[in-house]
Amino acid sequence: MEIGLNHYLVLSTILFAIGLVGVMRRKNLLMLFFATEILLNSVNISFAAISHYYGDLTGQMFAFFVIAIAASEVAVGLGLLIVWHKKHNNIDLDNMSSMRG
Amino acid sequence: MFEAIAFYLFAFLTIAMFYVAVTTSQALYALSALAAGMIFISAFFFILGADFLGAVQIVVYSGAVMALYAFGMMFFDTTREVKEKQGNKAIVIGLSSLAALMVVVIVAAPIVGNNIEAIYPMTEGVGNTQEVGMILFTKYLVPFEVAAVMLLVAMIAGIVLAGKKMDLSLTLMNDTDLMTMKEEDKKVHP
Repeated sequence: MEIGLNHYLVLSTILFAIGLVGVMRRKNLLMLFFATEILLNSVNISFAAISHYYGDLTGQMFAFFVIAIAASEVAVGLGLLIVWHKKHNNIDLDNMSSMRG
Repeated sequence: MFEAIAFYLFAFLTIAMFYVAVTTSQALYALSALAAGMIFISAFFFILGADFLGAVQIVVYSGAVMALYAFGMMFFDTTREVKEKQGNKAIVIGLSSLAALMVVVIVAAPIVGNNIEAIYPMTEGVGNTQEVGMILFTKYLVPFEVAAVMLLVAMIAGIVLAGKKMDLSLTLMNDTDLMTMKEEDKKVHP
């Protein structure tokens, strides 16, 4: 059986749905970060698949920039999380309403 | 044939790992499952002929990002069970399926329109890494440099945010010093 572009797109969609479920049900902010990583990775798969099946390198380039953005997001996000944890001693999402204007 | 076997094997493994990462109540299990899933995803990149992307995936995600998460987890109390949101299950499932459907539509729209043309077609007889280098340093040079600046900004932000009082060792200080430090901290940030 030949593996086509649609196989990869369906796989990417399944992983994206898993990540979305994670974003919606997690309360711990560290776990929320894990779920966003899953979202970014699922999109990378479809970028690479489209790049392969259309013989175009643009998809791979976009995947590289997505990886770069994910790396910097983790660095800044974890720094903020550590500061928050030092101050309030927990990283639950429900306690983060004090930024309300 | 082998491509199909590899695809289905790694698809199953990736989905299983990410499912564990999303549903488990132990932070350590979630971290390990996520790291495994990232490595399995790089297998898809190798199947698709994007060798350099697969190598970058392993190095950046399993190496840098996971190490950073493991480092961050040392700061947090991860031994206790993670409490979950007790929201409406129907809303969660409905929104997820809707969003997934939207992704399918977004991805499939240009294929249905059948107007995709290769802007930077792959060159014959050249390895993937060389191709990537040729395109990245000619057509995508400005985004590449901007991404480099962004990573530098993120690095400095990480140092500034997490590096406060890194010169003091909290484990080696005695209790009175710790208390005075906490009092001073309260004066600065009431």
